[in-house]
Amino acid sequence: MRILSFILLVALMSGCALNQTTVFEQLGGHSKVNEIVENFVIEIERDPVILAYFEGANIDRFVTKLSEQICQRTGGPCEYTGDTMEQVHAGMNITEADFNRTVDLLINAMNRADVPHTLQNQVLNALAPTRKEMLYL
Amino acid sequence: MVRLNLLRITSIVLCMSVTFSSAHAGEGKLIGTAGLVQIEGTGGGGIVPWATLSGYDSRDEISISAVSTQVDIDDYRLNVLGVSASFYDRIEISAAHHRFDLKTLGGDIKQNVFGVKYRLYGDVVYSDWPQISAGLQHKRLEDKTIAQLLGADSVSSGTDFYLAATKVHLGAIGGYNAVWNVTARATRANELGLLGFGGARNDDYEVMLEASAGVLLSRHVAVGMEYRQKPDNLGLGEDDWVDFFVTYIPNKHFALTLAWAELGSIAGAEDQNGLYLSINGQLW
Repeated sequence: MRILSFILLVALMSGCALNQTTVFEQLGGHSKVNEIVENFVIEIERDPVILAYFEGANIDRFVTKLSEQICQRTGGPCEYTGDTMEQVHAGMNITEADFNRTVDLLINAMNRADVPHTLQNQVLNALAPTRKEMLYL
Repeated sequence: MVRLNLLRITSIVLCMSVTFSSAHAGEGKLIGTAGLVQIEGTGGGGIVPWATLSGYDSRDEISISAVSTQVDIDDYRLNVLGVSASFYDRIEISAAHHRFDLKTLGGDIKQNVFGVKYRLYGDVVYSDWPQISAGLQHKRLEDKTIAQLLGADSVSSGTDFYLAATKVHLGAIGGYNAVWNVTARATRANELGLLGFGGARNDDYEVMLEASAGVLLSRHVAVGMEYRQKPDNLGLGEDDWVDFFVTYIPNKHFALTLAWAELGSIAGAEDQNGLYLSINGQLW
């Protein structure tokens, strides 16, 4: 009986997740994605540990390409035209700890852009597959 | 006395959390995804061991955590104090002390639990498949009289072995992060081992199923429920356990969990329900 009600609860919880519009549209399109990325750059500039990875990087290009990527991955009308994640992060030897620290910075950036919690999670989910193309290269 | 003790531990954990929070200890996980520390002292939920290790350490970090838990049900009260260390998000060692107060009978039963857990595969958030860990909990009973009286097969010690799978799904339920865990445990323990190991009805290892499901309502609040199947070796009608929990996680160094526990029949006393209160803090 107890296991039954438990299974029922899990089934109920996973049933109510349908949504037709893309995450990109729910965010509010290009302007919100750009705002998130601009905030993200500010967060990175304030964090000496993560900023070190960006030494010599072209920040304008980073903003453009990351915006493209977030747009594409959240279902927006964009095509990512940058280098592969492996190419970009080769030789950086990004640790798991620093990767997750950077995710925290992205969350801060979304908080400051007033992105609702539930949308933040969907953005993170859309970007999560790139993690394995970035760590320890 | 008991409450005073809990209060003292709370303040120690809080102070140490604050003291160490500026150091470069393990912080390399998303907040809320390190899980908690369960009643036998290993990383988990509340009553179920999870595949997650107890701290926020990543592959390059170490973490040390402490936990204090009290489960106050009708005729009994379980007090748990534990410490655990997690190395490189790979291996966890833990020690926990149980004092099981017999509120109506008087007296108590003490036991110590030593645990080891090894992460076999995955990252609870980022890998395609769930994080998988294997572990054991070695239980040494200090007060053997009651276990003896109830006909336990062994009254000195016993070891549980478990395999756990845990997964966080980002934005999975209406945009909220969801977490589930399934654990299979081979055990001979009666009521965690407090009533010995094995008994007249059964003295072999049996595989028990345990499961948890939860939703993170924000970065700081999680709610969910847990289920733990239990053997009935003594023939006293030992029941499966269920709890419904809410956890507050203000930062990566502290978590406070309040739960309603329904523990069924324990040593002949029926319908043992009550509050579960747990604080765990990462010291390093």
